[in-house]
Amino acid sequence: MSVRTQFASSAAVILALPARLIEPFMSGVQKLVGIKRMPWVFLAPNLTAVVLFALLPVFINIFYSVSGSDRLYPWDRPLVGGANYQTLFDCGNYFDPSTCSRDLFWRALGNTMVFVPIQVVCMIVVALLTALCLNRDIRGRGFFRGIFFFPVMLSPVVVALTWQWILQRNGALNGLISYVGLTPVNWLVFPNTAFFWSVFITVWAHMGFYTIILLAGLQAIPRDVYEAARMDSATPTRVFFKITLPLLKPVLLVVFILAVIRSVQTFDELYVLTGGGPGSATMLMVQYIYEVGFASQPRNFGLAAAASLLLGLALLIFTGIQMRISRGGNND
Amino acid sequence: MIRRSLTTSTALALLMASATSMAHGQQITLMVGDTGSGGTLFEEMSKSFEAENPGVDVVIEEVSYQTIVESLPVQLEAGEGPDIAIITDLGGLSRFYQDITPYVDAAYFEQEWGQTLQWLRGGIAGSTAINGMPTTLTVNGAYVNLTLFEQAGVPVPQEGATWKEWAEATRQVAEATGTEFAMEMDRSGHRFASLAISHGAQMVDEAGKPVVDDGLKAAIEQFVEWHQDGTMPMDLWGAVGGATHRELFSDFLNANVVLYFGGSWTLAQMDSEVGDLFDWAVMPAPCGPSSCTVMPGGGAMTVFSHTDNPELAGKLIAHFAKPENLDYYISNEVELPSAASQIANGVDYPSASQRTSEALATFINQIPKMDPAAFRFQGWRYQRAMMNALTTRISQVLNSELTVDEALVRIEEDVNLAIQAAGG
Repeated sequence: MSVRTQFASSAAVILALPARLIEPFMSGVQKLVGIKRMPWVFLAPNLTAVVLFALLPVFINIFYSVSGSDRLYPWDRPLVGGANYQTLFDCGNYFDPSTCSRDLFWRALGNTMVFVPIQVVCMIVVALLTALCLNRDIRGRGFFRGIFFFPVMLSPVVVALTWQWILQRNGALNGLISYVGLTPVNWLVFPNTAFFWSVFITVWAHMGFYTIILLAGLQAIPRDVYEAARMDSATPTRVFFKITLPLLKPVLLVVFILAVIRSVQTFDELYVLTGGGPGSATMLMVQYIYEVGFASQPRNFGLAAAASLLLGLALLIFTGIQMRISRGGNND
Repeated sequence: MIRRSLTTSTALALLMASATSMAHGQQITLMVGDTGSGGTLFEEMSKSFEAENPGVDVVIEEVSYQTIVESLPVQLEAGEGPDIAIITDLGGLSRFYQDITPYVDAAYFEQEWGQTLQWLRGGIAGSTAINGMPTTLTVNGAYVNLTLFEQAGVPVPQEGATWKEWAEATRQVAEATGTEFAMEMDRSGHRFASLAISHGAQMVDEAGKPVVDDGLKAAIEQFVEWHQDGTMPMDLWGAVGGATHRELFSDFLNANVVLYFGGSWTLAQMDSEVGDLFDWAVMPAPCGPSSCTVMPGGGAMTVFSHTDNPELAGKLIAHFAKPENLDYYISNEVELPSAASQIANGVDYPSASQRTSEALATFINQIPKMDPAAFRFQGWRYQRAMMNALTTRISQVLNSELTVDEALVRIEEDVNLAIQAAGG
C-alpha cells in the first residue's frame, strides 16, 4: 500500500469519526420520527435560524406597526389597529405631498422612486464601462482594479465626510474652480445639485463592487467567440451588443438585483452629507424611518414600523417582477 | 487533624471568595459624552469615592455625544444601559430616572439647583423628587469678531441692541471687510428658540401643550428674510434636512462670519484655536420685540431606575455634588456652573485666558435675564420634538417646499403627533 493510499485511508477514518459518534443518536431519532421525516430533522437547525432571525422580526414589526406609544416592550404597547397606516395614508392628493398629513413620508417615497432607477442605471453603466476597460490588456491593470475597488472598503461615514469636505462652500472643489477663474458653486445648497451629488457619491462609493462582479463575468466569456467575431470582421460595437452583452446577461441580472437592493437601502452617506436636505430633496425612505423611529423624541416606533413594512412590501413586489423577468430570460 | 485543617481552609477560602465577589459585585457605570474633558475629571473624582467605599468600582464610559442623544434612550427603553449618565434631554428622559432623595442631602440639592431640578421632573406637578444633579449650565449666545468691526469702522452694538440692529451692523461690517457672511446660527432648534422667544414666542404653555403663536411666526419670517437677503448662509439651515443638528463654528474660527450664534460650550475651542489671532467677544443677548433672552441648557447626571445599586449610585452623585468637587469640575471643564452658590460666588478658571474669562462672565450675566418661557421650554418633556420640528420645517420653508403659515401648521401637527405617540 502506497503512502498516499495509507494517508487517504487514515483521513477517511478520521472524517468518518463524527458520523460514527452521532450514528446511535441519529438512529434513535430516525426510529422516533420515521425515515420520511428525517430531512426535516437535518433542516431543523437552519429553519430555526430563519424563524428566529428572519420571520420573527417580521412578525414583531407587524405587531409594532399596529400598536402605539413610545414604549419598546410589546406588553407596554396598546393595539391601535390601522391608525399608523391611516396616519401615513392621510392625503388629499397622493401626488402632492403637501396635502398629506405625513408629507415627509411621501416626499421620501417620491425621492426614493426617483433616486433608485437613476442611481441603479448610472451604477450599472459606469460599472460596466469600467469593467470593459479593466478587461482589456492595459498597463497597470491590477493597480486600476485596486483603485476602483478602494472606495468599497471605506466606511460610508468616511465617504460622506470626505465628499462634504470636497463639496462644501469653502471646499476643495470650489477652491479648484476659483483657481481656474470660474465662479464657485455652493453644491449642497441647491436641491438639483445636491441630488446629483447624492447619486454621484453613492455610485462612486459602490461601483467597485459591481465592477469586480462584471469583470469576472467578462472573463468567463470564451475567447474563441471573440476570435471568431474578429475573423468575421465584426465591428467593436457589434461585438459588444451581439456577443458581450448577451453572454453577460445572467451576471448583469445579479448585479441589477444587488444594485436595486443596495440603492433602496441608501442611508448613511446621504444622512451624513445632507441630512436629507436641502429641505427634503435628498431624504430617502430609510432616513424617514430612522428619523421617526430613532432620531425623534419621543420615538414613534409604530409609525416607523408601518413605513418600513410598506417599503418591504414594495420591495417584495419589485423582487417578484424581477424574478418573473429573470425566469423569462432564462427560458430564452 | 489534616482533615480538620482542610475543612477549615476550604471554609476560609469560600468565605474569602464570597467576600471578594461581593466587593467586586458593586460596580457602578457612569456614561459621559466626549465633549470637553468630563470623563477624565469624573474618573479622578471617583478615586476618592472608591477609597471611601472599599470594593466599589466606578466605571466611566466615555461615548460620543450622538450616542447619548440617540442610542442611550433606546437602551433605556430596553431596561439596559449605564447606572448613571450625563444627559441633556432632561425632560424627555424623565420617566427613566430614579428618585435619589433618600441618598442625598435634599435641602442642599434644592438650595443649589432649585430651578434646574424641576427640568428633571418631567412636568409632574408638585413633584419634589431629586432625579439627579445638574452638572453644568450652558447658555447659547453670540460670538462677535471685534477685529472685523474695528477694520470696518462700525461701532459694536451694545447691550440692549436688537436682532435687527445686529443684522444691520454685521452686514455693514461684512460688506466693508469682504467677509463672506454677516451672521450664522447653528442648525439647532435650541439656538432658534432664543430668537423665537425674544420675538414673543411661548413655545409651550403651562399645561404642557405646544404653542405656535405670532411670536414664532415673526421669528421664522425674520430668519427666512436673513437667508434670502444673504445675511445668513444657506449652508446650515438651508442645505441640510430633517432633524440633523449641524454647527459650522469653523466659519467663525476662520473669520468668515462677523457674528456666530452658538453656545458657551465652544469657549475652550475658541481659546485654544483662535487665541490672539483676532479680537473676539461674547455679546449680551440680542433683543427681540418681546425680550432680550437666550436659552439655558446644560447637562444633568441622573440615576436610571433599572440600576441594581440605587443607593450606591445616589451616594456617588452626592459625592460629586460636594462643593470642592463641583468647583474642581467646573473650573477645569471651563463651563458655566449650575449650582446657585457657584453662580453667586463665581468660579476661578485658572487655565482660561482673560478673553475667555470675560466671555464666561458675559454668559453668566445672561442667566438671570432669561425669559421665563425659555426656562419653561427647556424643561418641557416634548422640547426635542418641537426643536426637531423647527429645524425640519424651517429648512423646508427656506427651500420653498412650504410657506411660513404651512410650516407653523406642520410644527404643531408634528409635536402633537409626538405627544400622542408618547401617550401624552
